[in-house]
Amino acid sequence: MSEQTLSDTAVEPAVEVKENSSYTAKPLTLMWWRFKKHKLALWSLGVIILLYLVAAFAGFLAPYDPFKHNRLHPFVPPQSIHLFSEDGTFQGPFVYGLKRQRDPETARLSFEEDTSKINRIRFFVEGDKYKFWGLVPTKLRLFGVEGRRNRIYILGTDKLGRDLFSRLVYGARVTLSVGLIGVFFSFVIGITLGSLAGLIGGTIDTVIQRMAELVRSIPTIPLWLGLAAALPVNWDPILVYLLITVILALIGWTNLARVVRGHFMTIRNQDFVLAARLSGASKTRIVTRHMLPSMTSYVIAAISLAIPEMILGETALSFLGLGLRPPVISWGVLLQDAQNLRSIALAPWLLIPGVAIVVTILAFNFLGDGLRDAADPYQK
Amino acid sequence: MAGYIAHRLLWSIPTLIVITIATFVIIQLPPGDYVTAYIAELVETGEVIDAETAAHIRHEFGLDRPMYEQFLTWIGGILLHGDFGLSLDWKLPVSELIWDRIGLTLLISMLSLLMTWAIAIPIGVYSATRQYSFLDHLFTVLGFLGRGIPDFLLALVLMWMGFLYFNFHVGGLFSPAYENAPWSFAKFGDLLSHLWVPVLVLSTGGAAGLLRIMRANMLEELGKPYVETAYAQGLSERQVVWRYPVRVALNPFISTVGWALPALISGDVITAVVLNLPTTGPLLLRSLQNQDMYLAGGFILILSVFTIIGTLLSDILLVLTDPRIRHS
Repeated sequence: MSEQTLSDTAVEPAVEVKENSSYTAKPLTLMWWRFKKHKLALWSLGVIILLYLVAAFAGFLAPYDPFKHNRLHPFVPPQSIHLFSEDGTFQGPFVYGLKRQRDPETARLSFEEDTSKINRIRFFVEGDKYKFWGLVPTKLRLFGVEGRRNRIYILGTDKLGRDLFSRLVYGARVTLSVGLIGVFFSFVIGITLGSLAGLIGGTIDTVIQRMAELVRSIPTIPLWLGLAAALPVNWDPILVYLLITVILALIGWTNLARVVRGHFMTIRNQDFVLAARLSGASKTRIVTRHMLPSMTSYVIAAISLAIPEMILGETALSFLGLGLRPPVISWGVLLQDAQNLRSIALAPWLLIPGVAIVVTILAFNFLGDGLRDAADPYQK
Repeated sequence: MAGYIAHRLLWSIPTLIVITIATFVIIQLPPGDYVTAYIAELVETGEVIDAETAAHIRHEFGLDRPMYEQFLTWIGGILLHGDFGLSLDWKLPVSELIWDRIGLTLLISMLSLLMTWAIAIPIGVYSATRQYSFLDHLFTVLGFLGRGIPDFLLALVLMWMGFLYFNFHVGGLFSPAYENAPWSFAKFGDLLSHLWVPVLVLSTGGAAGLLRIMRANMLEELGKPYVETAYAQGLSERQVVWRYPVRVALNPFISTVGWALPALISGDVITAVVLNLPTTGPLLLRSLQNQDMYLAGGFILILSVFTIIGTLLSDILLVLTDPRIRHS
């Protein structure tokens, strides 16, 4: 490589220009260039944006009201979408009607495709009423099937005949926002304590370090369980939701604090901080205008790695029945239905929320990895 | 060195004190107490208890005394007599209920830790020495999957697979025949045949994370001049790799033992609930729901103490194995 540059510099001005642009590019541009190289992280960013869009437009995307029971359709397996009917003629996207059967021995209901009935999928249909972003009452849903009594269950239904796809889409709102809000709280705690420890040092540093160590040395799940059990059952779900995020944050701040503290320690004695101090900038100004911005990228990377932890925490707590409780819909709450072998054996599609969780966590992890690599664009 | 260990030991004392107080406060946090929960349970089954009886039960359990007094009695009992109090729910001494379960939890956690290493180290070394090979890519994908799947979900899926394809009931630690039998070789064998599921579930997550670390460390070490020198001396690849860079790359393993332990114990709690294991999980969950505070407190306390000991050991080990760390 070095031999090449030696001989090539004189004859290839094009390379020169590119090199120049990388000298003058702003840090943010450099980071973006580095980040773009991490293909997996780029894709994950796309997936995450998509997930949050789904959460934001839950009402529009879900074909049915997530709370609406349907006595006639318990445990309907996921329906597959067809394009051609039995005789091979093109019908456009459709699902077959449902045929109810009762096992004569076990008296258990089961459903089969009724190939004689074709329910075409229609887009932008009128469905159950909902309020778009809690403001505009509307009936517009992205898709549905024709016929007032027909239903489409692309992910099946649960024991009360509620559409799993609609519930999954609505659950995304809670699960994905728990991550964000929890991280926000732990970010506030972590960055305050971390910067105090890194900046002042001495006794305060020791005390904060010990505190972090203490929190880390208690096994998280028993601690979560203990704190979550303290929330009364009859409280307002919204309040419980907020408190759960606070609990997650109270335990999750240590990692962020460690990152912030470590970084403060390294940049405390760097030239630009010294320069700011010599030109008479106040301590607050140095911290808020010079030091904190210089570590934004690290903090963002740490945050994107902390979000999946929070999501996992919420899911685990709700799964055990100590976190969010029905009627709140979150992915953890949905998984409660799949808690024992009998229900999984009967209705394996109840595990689908688990797939959504895994995809989300993986996407955040990849994104975090990519951001961490891109965090310091001046590093080789 | 001795000074460092003594220093660390001394520091763990205030940590322990804070943990005991925190534990007690946490279990006192829920509004009401065990008696309220107990009465609520009775009311559900149709029985009614008047205020007088409730007060009587409360007095019997000492629940009517001020909190600090309850705390002092509790902690005094533990320190002086090793007495963890009475489980209100089971009407049995706490120590009778928990030691068996904590033993099993520790056994599973330890085995999982070993398993984590047994998976992560060889694969990490292989991936680093054969970077970008087919198997390296495969392990990378598997590693990321392992990191993304929550323990309890993996347990659920394994349970389902076991049922679907092998008609084998994954769950519990003993077959029904041995459940209440006294300890024997046969029972031990039975335990082993059930143990692999929780151990596998618990070790995948950690192994996936450590595998990446091991690979990254190895890649860094392999590029260093001393490795070149070793090759130049005519040593075989096996000798070079396992004697030098692996030893350096192992440091993070030792330094994370302390964190791995709480993670494994946490993981065990939730996995145990899914797999219905007779470890701490299900009992802790129930005791928290019933506000059986001495039982819950005993669990959280002992698990935390083991974690602190684990962290301490890993810190000491790290200083012993890595001469670059100064312990002034």
